[in-house]
Amino acid sequence: MATLHQVRPGAYFDSVVLMQLQRALASLPDVIDAGVVMGTAANLELLSQNELLPDDMQAAPEDLVIVVQSETKLAAEAALEQVDELLSRRRSTATREFRPKSLQSAAEMLPEAGWVLISVPGRYAAVVAREALELGKHVFLYSDNVSLDEEVELKARADELHLLMMGPDCGTAIVSGIGFGFANRVRRGRIGLVGASGTGLQSVSSRIHQMGSGVSQVIGTGSRDLKDSVAGAMATRGLDLLASDPETEVIVLVSKPPDPAVTARLLQRAWAAGKPTVISFIGYPPPAKQLGNLYFANSLIEAADLAVGLVGGEAPEIGAPELRAGARYLRGLFSGGTLAAEALAGFQAVLGPVFSNISEPRLSDPLISKEHSLLDLGEDEFTVGRLHPMIDNDLRIRRLRLEAADPQVGLILLDVVLGEGAHPDPASELAPAISEARAQHNIEVVVILVGTDEDPQNLEHQEQQLQQAGAVVFADTAAAVAYAVSPFITRELETVETDFLSRPVAAINVGLESFYDSLKAQGAEAVHVDWKPPAGGDQRLQAILQKMKN
Amino acid sequence: MDIEAANQTAVKRMMSARPMLTRLAPAREVIPGMVDNLVLHAGPPIEWDRMSGPLRGAVIGALLFEGLAKDEKGAVGMIEAGEVEFAPCHHHGAVGPMAGVISASMEVYVIDNPTHGNQAYSNLNEGYGKVLRYGAYSEEVLDKLRWMNGTLGPVLREALEQSDGLDIRALLAEALHMGDEGHNRNKAGSLLYLKLLSPLIAKVVKDEGVEAEVLQFLGDNALSVLNPVMAACKVMADAAHGVEGSTVVTAMARNGTDFGVRVSGLGDDWFTAPAGIPEGLYFPGFTSEDANADIGDSTITETAGIGGFAMASAPAIVAFVSGTPQDALNTTLEMYEITVAEHEHFTMPPLEFRGTPTGIDIRKVVELGITPRINTGIAHKEPGVGQVGAGLVRPPKEIFEQALFAYAERYQL
Repeated sequence: MATLHQVRPGAYFDSVVLMQLQRALASLPDVIDAGVVMGTAANLELLSQNELLPDDMQAAPEDLVIVVQSETKLAAEAALEQVDELLSRRRSTATREFRPKSLQSAAEMLPEAGWVLISVPGRYAAVVAREALELGKHVFLYSDNVSLDEEVELKARADELHLLMMGPDCGTAIVSGIGFGFANRVRRGRIGLVGASGTGLQSVSSRIHQMGSGVSQVIGTGSRDLKDSVAGAMATRGLDLLASDPETEVIVLVSKPPDPAVTARLLQRAWAAGKPTVISFIGYPPPAKQLGNLYFANSLIEAADLAVGLVGGEAPEIGAPELRAGARYLRGLFSGGTLAAEALAGFQAVLGPVFSNISEPRLSDPLISKEHSLLDLGEDEFTVGRLHPMIDNDLRIRRLRLEAADPQVGLILLDVVLGEGAHPDPASELAPAISEARAQHNIEVVVILVGTDEDPQNLEHQEQQLQQAGAVVFADTAAAVAYAVSPFITRELETVETDFLSRPVAAINVGLESFYDSLKAQGAEAVHVDWKPPAGGDQRLQAILQKMKN
Repeated sequence: MDIEAANQTAVKRMMSARPMLTRLAPAREVIPGMVDNLVLHAGPPIEWDRMSGPLRGAVIGALLFEGLAKDEKGAVGMIEAGEVEFAPCHHHGAVGPMAGVISASMEVYVIDNPTHGNQAYSNLNEGYGKVLRYGAYSEEVLDKLRWMNGTLGPVLREALEQSDGLDIRALLAEALHMGDEGHNRNKAGSLLYLKLLSPLIAKVVKDEGVEAEVLQFLGDNALSVLNPVMAACKVMADAAHGVEGSTVVTAMARNGTDFGVRVSGLGDDWFTAPAGIPEGLYFPGFTSEDANADIGDSTITETAGIGGFAMASAPAIVAFVSGTPQDALNTTLEMYEITVAEHEHFTMPPLEFRGTPTGIDIRKVVELGITPRINTGIAHKEPGVGQVGAGLVRPPKEIFEQALFAYAERYQL
């Protein structure tokens, strides 16, 4: 055994450095023990107690004393030779960024964060989302297995706070060029997407990119948003946002088929937005190819193509009939069954349930209209003992007078079908009735006129008579429907704050680390929360903590 | 029950307390309830049978110092005969580092808090080497204590009489800007303390030899100010104690066997569990095998928002736990997660002068699973050997869970 030492006069080192050097020396091969101290009396005594004080050593308090005890003299010498290198060794400069464990701390670290991405297990997700909303952050909630009640509550709270609540079960979004969750790298552009279907949005946005166009925002709503109970809360808010967003020129709405009441609510909102809006509800029978500013696509790809084509185009002119004061309903009085069905589909798409005698909801008594109503007067109950209304106008004229006299009715839609076998001059009978109804009740009358210029009734003459009576005449059901419904849809848009869309995206990620990595890779400011189940998953403690929060 | 409001009240009281070092006196004259056969110790209550080596050694030393026993055997005999009473320093408004043993004759610092009118006490720091606080009780140790009681104490007492009191909160605020965190590193604070005392000492000491001796002793010891700092923290933490409904921790202390905490809104109950062994660096010849379980009242510093919580201020000592300066910042950032306020007076330059994390909230500790980070010295497990290293320790998380259950019961949640 050998004990060698070195005394370095006047070399001051902090005690921490000394202890580290000592540990490094003691761990070298064949070294038994080492002592590294400043040469104070107390320290020398310490060395002595541990049999590390060489007899011949002299040191002053300001001297650095290094003692190495090893199996062989050679090993001790080798160890002493390494002192300078060990002293100058620097730690890796790679520093570990602080990872907060709570959303609160993350928010303090990145106060400019406008978004919280949440992908924690479902049973904890609602609590985290709620906390994020209360901190004033928009939420992208990837987690599923959140109850419907919680979803409804979260979205209601988000609405109160004027925040976006995407999800639960929201797979994708692109906000101001930054993809959340699963998102494709898509060029920025003028098309805004809202959707309840993650892959649907990915498919449409990718196609838009491939077609050379780009997206302004892609807003996911979560898969259950268009269910009756959630009532499209997020989709509605998303539509309002895109309607208000100056960067968005064309909107695409993507979903699996929504519940019917939700469909009407959404289409009304899209209508109200006024921007060209492509509807792609997979599996939903489109009521028309185009209804006002709404364009109906049969597939995701068609939706993308339609949207790309609409960018830079003019918004369609629908016209705006003016209703008499107090008028709230429209009535349809049809002679043709299929025209009636087509118009009804158009009405129901944007107005919600419309009463009729041909489908649900049915009028309990077809002789008495109710709210928005549409009648096929060619149905059996009206033609018993009477000629078909394409030949005999009497029934329609009587019903027209009746409806016009209802102060709640503002608009009446009729069809007039010409051709062989039909009444020889229907306008001659209908026009005076229309004229009278308009004069007495200031009612709007819209006519779908079906015929050719070779028909015996003289198409042009028929149109002139109707127009002179004050009716607005269309050859196309969808155009007539769009004109007819427009005064019944409120155009008052909820003005939505869009300033946040023009600021760089900064986000807090809670859950899957890959989402954080992806944010950083896209150049977004982000903080990752090192999230763990509260109280280590102990449910008794969690219950107490929850009570203490209320 | 508005817990947030209660916690804000507690932490406001903690921060607005103004610890002033005003005087020294023998323990029996100032510490409430101090009697001749009472030995105060660090940490939560503990019986002789369960005391660890360093605490037993310090108790024996105190009985010898007081002249109550002639030797170790006599001291142990008295204890076993039930002639000695034990109580935590904390039960008497006091705190002491490591074993924290205070007996009736010992000179103690008195810290006044003019804001709330409470007081706290601590003993004098003995410096390094063989010292009572690590359980040493040899003649050499007792001689030093006698010198401290007979010379140092009276000098400091007279010196302080020349002042209006030393503002320890202001001293700490300055020291935090000079690389201290107030628990493990008190180098700057001790020099500031010496600076404040030197002219006062020069005024009152006639004998140049004594003056030199006292100044040398204070200057050589980078922990000179630790004890007044601890008492200052105690006076601040006590000001925050007893706020109905508050979940703020008002005491953390270890007796070498158990780690205990008290909570503002939970009365005088302790919540305890076995103390851990600190992780850290060891002096020559020692390893973690030699270490005693965590010991001392010095965790009052973390309770008051400094020490480990102010680690960002003290990058020089991060290497105790093989850390980098970034780790020092991270430590403080982590403590923000479990505290209710940023200190109004203690700020940290490396974090753009943010206040230190102050007021540990048991709810946050339990919810996030983050226990307070404590910087500490490490004692040898055998009495009398002394300090063997320094490092980092965290309290057992069960004590915070116990406190939460107790809260739920007390407030019928």
